[in-house]
Amino acid sequence: MIDSTAAAPGAAIAVVRAPRGELTTWRLILRRPTFIAGALILAFWIICALFGNTIAPDNPLAQQLLATNNAPSHAHLFGTDQLGRDVLSRVIVGARSILTITPLATLIGVVVGTALGLVMGYLGGVVDIVVGRVVEAVLALPLVIVALLFVVALGPSAPVIIVVIGFIFAPLIARTVRSAVLVESQLDYLSSARLLGEKPAHIMFVEILPNVLPAVLVELTVRLGYAIFTVATLSFLGYGVQPPTPDWGADIAANYVVLGAGYWWETLFPALAIASLVIGVNLVTDSIEQVLAS
Amino acid sequence: MTTYLLRRLGLAVITLWILSMIVFFAGQVLPGDPGRAVLGPLAAQSAVQALDHQLGVDRPLLTQYASWIGGLLHGNMGTSYTFRTPVEPFISAALVNSAKLGGLAFVVVVPLSIIGGVIAALNVGRLPDRVISVTGLSAATVPEFVSGIVVIVIFGVELKWFPVSASAGTGASALSQLDHLILPAIPLVFVLFGYIARMARAGTIEALESDYARTATLKGLKRSVVIRRHILRNSLLPTITVIATQTGYLIGGLVVVETLFNYQGIGLLIFHAAQDKDFPMLEAGVLTIGVVYMVATLIADLLYTLLNPRLRLGGTG
Amino acid sequence: MTSVDATTMPGPADAAGPALTVEHMEVTYRVRGRDRLALRDVSFRIGRNESYGLVGESGSGKSTVALALTRYLPRNGRVSAGSIRINGQDPLAMGTAALRGLRARTVSMVYQEPGRALNPSIRVGRQIAEVYEIAGLDRHSALERSEAMLRKVQISDPGRVMERYPHQLSGGMAQRAVIAMALAAEPSLLILDEPTTALDATVEAEVLDLVAALRAEFDTSVLFISHNLAVIAKMCDRVGVLYAGELVEEGIAREVFDQPRHPYTVGLLRCIPRRGQRKDHGRLDTIPGFLPQPGHSLTGCVFAPRCPIAEDRCRAAAPPAFVISPTRSSRCYLHEQASDLPRNTPADAALPARREAAVPVVRLRSLSKTFDSRGETLRALVGVNLTLEQGETLGLVGESGSGKTTLARALLGLVTPDEGSAVELDDQPLAADARHRPRQQLKALQIVFQNPDSALNRRHTVRYLISRPLTRLAGLSGARLRERLSDLVRSVRLEERHLALRPSQLSGGLKQRVAIARAFAGGPRIVVCDEPTSALDVSVQAAILNLLVDLQAKEQVTYLFISHDLGLVRYLSDRIAVLYLGRVMELGPAETVFAAPHHPYTEALLSAVPSLDGLRTERIRLTGEIPSAASPPSGCVFHTRCPRRLPTGICESDEPPLLEVAPGHLMSCHIPIDDLRTLQGDGGVP
Repeated sequence: MIDSTAAAPGAAIAVVRAPRGELTTWRLILRRPTFIAGALILAFWIICALFGNTIAPDNPLAQQLLATNNAPSHAHLFGTDQLGRDVLSRVIVGARSILTITPLATLIGVVVGTALGLVMGYLGGVVDIVVGRVVEAVLALPLVIVALLFVVALGPSAPVIIVVIGFIFAPLIARTVRSAVLVESQLDYLSSARLLGEKPAHIMFVEILPNVLPAVLVELTVRLGYAIFTVATLSFLGYGVQPPTPDWGADIAANYVVLGAGYWWETLFPALAIASLVIGVNLVTDSIEQVLAS
Repeated sequence: MTTYLLRRLGLAVITLWILSMIVFFAGQVLPGDPGRAVLGPLAAQSAVQALDHQLGVDRPLLTQYASWIGGLLHGNMGTSYTFRTPVEPFISAALVNSAKLGGLAFVVVVPLSIIGGVIAALNVGRLPDRVISVTGLSAATVPEFVSGIVVIVIFGVELKWFPVSASAGTGASALSQLDHLILPAIPLVFVLFGYIARMARAGTIEALESDYARTATLKGLKRSVVIRRHILRNSLLPTITVIATQTGYLIGGLVVVETLFNYQGIGLLIFHAAQDKDFPMLEAGVLTIGVVYMVATLIADLLYTLLNPRLRLGGTG
Repeated sequence: MTSVDATTMPGPADAAGPALTVEHMEVTYRVRGRDRLALRDVSFRIGRNESYGLVGESGSGKSTVALALTRYLPRNGRVSAGSIRINGQDPLAMGTAALRGLRARTVSMVYQEPGRALNPSIRVGRQIAEVYEIAGLDRHSALERSEAMLRKVQISDPGRVMERYPHQLSGGMAQRAVIAMALAAEPSLLILDEPTTALDATVEAEVLDLVAALRAEFDTSVLFISHNLAVIAKMCDRVGVLYAGELVEEGIAREVFDQPRHPYTVGLLRCIPRRGQRKDHGRLDTIPGFLPQPGHSLTGCVFAPRCPIAEDRCRAAAPPAFVISPTRSSRCYLHEQASDLPRNTPADAALPARREAAVPVVRLRSLSKTFDSRGETLRALVGVNLTLEQGETLGLVGESGSGKTTLARALLGLVTPDEGSAVELDDQPLAADARHRPRQQLKALQIVFQNPDSALNRRHTVRYLISRPLTRLAGLSGARLRERLSDLVRSVRLEERHLALRPSQLSGGLKQRVAIARAFAGGPRIVVCDEPTSALDVSVQAAILNLLVDLQAKEQVTYLFISHDLGLVRYLSDRIAVLYLGRVMELGPAETVFAAPHHPYTEALLSAVPSLDGLRTERIRLTGEIPSAASPPSGCVFHTRCPRRLPTGICESDEPPLLEVAPGHLMSCHIPIDDLRTLQGDGGVP
């Protein structure tokens, strides 16, 4: 195991190192401060998503029409919105919708996309060309707009959003996986497999897949970030989770009209929630990428 | 090189065709009965059928698609369900407005992010790099409506430095228009900065670690000369392609930003069309965006091929 | 036996002080918070117009020496002790401006991969002109001088090359351009780090001759770094042997290679087949153990763990450099006994029992392969007729573009040959594509690839890698599989504990053993060895080659041995086929091919390869570059470079057929064999 130790130009020294097994890679990731920070943020929101109703101080759906637009106070730490609902509770419970939809959508995209990418990269041929064109076409449109198009057509609901985003992600992920597969196909171990009479399915899933898994992992985390981005935007535009379910994007959409009147807390806290979740995911992505790159 | 470009063009046409099919499918096939969608669930069936016939949606799908494509090729983008007038004037006006906003964002972000990326690369692992990288990463992934709202609150409402509305009013001067466009451009700049800076950084790092950078340094050249003459032209080449693909994100961001700032661009047009279920408008708008993006990537490919000697000229001589 | 520092040794006679003086240099790298020594107590001197070779295997630190001299160590490295003087100046004490001046005027470097050393976006001429511009010339004069310099490095039509971009140049031409760039500054010291390793043999010979000629003309001192002992022997006056960061022996090159005085040098030289050694003469010797990890414990001699004559004092304290003669030193307490070093591997070899009748197991008929890439047609193989006989080793020799790899792949079914080609096994035609071959046929043909990192799936364990062919080809399972697995592991001299590991946890030699075990798992009859040792260190090569010979004896297999290393091919092969641009130029028993009369190309190849034993034959100079397979020359494809081209013009017009010129000896040449015998004398490499 030759390892180039330097980050600067001309790293010529080949340092023979102690063997680096599977576990050490994970341990390296787990030790990075960026990973820890990101994971903590994610963990926090996951807990909110799972146990929101227990943690939240008030019922997020309870309207108090005599206490609308109250500034943050002892009773309501994040204030109340236009319908007198406790913003803090809505922020806590609001994690649920986005953390249900986005991981599922991403997972669908990754599973379908990886399978597609393996086939395209290894078998090539007609499938590669056709799917390649479809990918280009999908790429020509911003994710938000494609999602909007389909969600408008099919009606906004959680299953629709999950499937639409998942299937839009699939060709994009397929492209990355395909590139990784093409890199692998230059290597001789595939020739060796052919000389053993291995079938294409074996070669794709037993030989190639383990080697492209790092790329898949990075895609998973990156797409999760995009998914959160897109779902929040869809909600803001009114095509995500429907009221009165607490949802950060939807709440911002509903309450930003009163910004001019000075009621900033109703939009700021959900906005910060979105920002923190996205940053958390990206810290995790960044740390994984850093470790895999070295 | 010409063969490569012709092939590229051919592929682009095919992609465009597939794109049109996707858009048509989403717009015409999925939603079900347009007549019902426009008139609502309480309208009489006969009225719905009459509207359907008037809109031409009771014809076989293939015919509808053919007439739509045929119309497009003749410049006829269809008739809006909502306004009952041709779609083109709306699209062209909106496109101009979006071009102004997008253009401003682009003009600001491209130099900023390239410089940022290069500086980060020249200081790999040290403070400037960490700051620029993390800032870029975070900025890139916070949705535009989030940063947009923050920007409105701080600069528009509290500090009152810039006007909150994006429209300067008809007949306003260029400077006034610019003033109004600054706030909406900021969220777009945030999002784009991350991606472009990252690419510029990666490209510069690769160039710094290359053998030819070593050669140049060991020739006795000053570091600034090595960077300027040897590194930059190689590191920025892949960044060109990325900039082109960023038009995609830019346009996506336009939907949100224009909605937030109530700016009559193509993003807002599409959004309203979606709300009103005005599918001809929606399809035309989406297709236009697709075309814009593909033209941008085609130009980027062209530039890349021209600037990369390996592709411009042949092989071993 | 006085132990004296090398620095008090009188250097070679020099007029104005040595070009380079290195004294007790120590280089340390900081890895994960800990210091690792890469070089320890290295001292040597290079005089004016002297050529000094630094030889070592991977991990020896030879490249680190070059980096340290120009102060180009990576950020985590530093010169932690010792001093360097180049032309009397100290690079370690210089400020940035002075260092730039040093790099611009005094020291130049040439590295291994010329294509990558040049900026792909700047024209070649401009890059060379830069050197002159730094020296103060204006743009116009700089370009003029650059063109003149290109002419000096024997590039014909330098004007055109000036306008080219690096990717448009062949490897040899690019390296010449880099050399031009290096010598443009007229440096006092030229450092070459594996400059010809990436080049073909005939091109390498040209470049080396060029360096030697220019060195004399420019009066430059040369530091030549390489793992290739023969190249060093050819190019260098003196040589230093590096092992694990220490200079273990130093002296006049010829003397060191003929009478080594350090156990490592002795062992290293025994690993290489010398003076025409063949496998019948006995096994190659090997060096036991493994290269130490950097940062190893520093007590005692660095070679002691692997040294057969190591004594307690060797392990207790590191030996100083003993001065054996004014020109020789060795870091060994027992340097007087070094040359009597006992062998690590017994010399007797079990040779395969050859069948009396030459029974062809494989027949290649009219094997052709044309590649279509970007509109260009590349004729990689043209009408090759070849047989492989049971139990023999057929050596396949050729430079790039010869088609040897394509031939192997076509044989195995990894590449589909053109229509009209036939590949037969036991007179049965084989399907063109391996996917269509039945298990019996797949069993029979296997391969050991050059690069084990590429050939072994890094995500699988060694156990899986070797068991898979046992399942797929041999049809074994359960206890019988486990039994055979243990057998295989033993026969390639691996251990059971290696089974649980992944390839990335093994050294190069061990990985290649796994690859060999895998190839033999199915019980093949023919094994293709495609440069099986090229990616390995010299001391590891010998062990692998011995293993291959032993396995051949035990399993009675036929080898198709592909290599660019003529010494190895000669050692292993019974018959040899010489390929050039997809055609067989010569085919015959190894000794016949290697001795005159032989094909002019074979002759040129043999004379191009540097000999470790200093036996200089008449250099046959080949002019020009190897033609591209996309536009092969007319008639005999070798005619454009052939120094013995017939004046009648037949070589340009007619392609010579492959004819039997003596029993078992075939040649494709218009020159009659008797004329060749006269022209070539009874030379050839002894």
